[in-house]
Amino acid sequence: MRDISLHLLDIIQNSIAASGTSIAIAITSCLKSQELKISISDNGIGMDEEMLKRVTDPFITTRDTRKVGLGISLFKASAEQSGGYLEISSKKGLGTTLEAVFMIDNIDRPPLGDVADTVASVLVSNETLHLTLVLSHNDEKFVFDTEEVKKMLNGVPINEYEVLNWIKGYINEGINVTFGGVLNEINN
Amino acid sequence: MKSITELEELRKKALEKMGVRANTDGYRIVVGMATCGIAAGARPVMNSFMEELQKREIKNASVTMTGCVGVCRLEPIVEVIDPSGNKTTYVKMTSEKAVRIVAEHIVNGRVCLDYTIGYEDKK
Repeated sequence: MRDISLHLLDIIQNSIAASGTSIAIAITSCLKSQELKISISDNGIGMDEEMLKRVTDPFITTRDTRKVGLGISLFKASAEQSGGYLEISSKKGLGTTLEAVFMIDNIDRPPLGDVADTVASVLVSNETLHLTLVLSHNDEKFVFDTEEVKKMLNGVPINEYEVLNWIKGYINEGINVTFGGVLNEINN
Repeated sequence: MKSITELEELRKKALEKMGVRANTDGYRIVVGMATCGIAAGARPVMNSFMEELQKREIKNASVTMTGCVGVCRLEPIVEVIDPSGNKTTYVKMTSEKAVRIVAEHIVNGRVCLDYTIGYEDKK
């Protein structure tokens, strides 16, 4: 994967495949600890302990179209390559949370990428999904919530082209405001 | 700074031309968006389809995504299902190919044979 936003898209697809109807994404950067935390939580079917132990193994998958499941293992490898780590917690019937930590100043950290495009892409064919995106950097905080948008749209589908374009612009502004000068470090 | 209240204006505009992509009787463009597809560039391909449909004001086509189609080496893969249910599988997709498929297949009903899985397999 070229950047973190593509990993994010991949993991969100897992959540949707696991019947998740509500997905919470949090991107937090901390200059002091030099950590960039990416957290994705869903309310999907979750995993039992046995599956949870093996889920980062690339030869484990629940799909039957192919015998490898690379999404989580690639995300883990990417985080570890930058000196970070990946943690997964899951409860059967309750959902799953993935938290990946990337070290901001590590030369092997992938760029953040186009998070706004990832969110818009997910909404194209998942208009009923409740998705929240929280960006945090020190005291700055930005929150995007599809329920808030849907309330304003009052019946107009969230996946109308103009709405998706607006969402991309809104999130991109949020990224600029929240991460400010750190943005370049995260994006380059 | 953008404000969520701008959505009220967008809502009015959208209501005027509702149904641009809600038509389920038309073409269905299905983009493979599993790990293999995403890594190979499926996201910009899907964006190009959306943009081109919007630009041409095409009302009888919808864009959706699916998981792994099973032929990872040929990703990004896009399936176009016509109103009669005939499926065409396009492989090794790019944004440029998406623009041509909209113009030729969706608008004029002509399959772009040189982008199909059958053509690729005969190479």
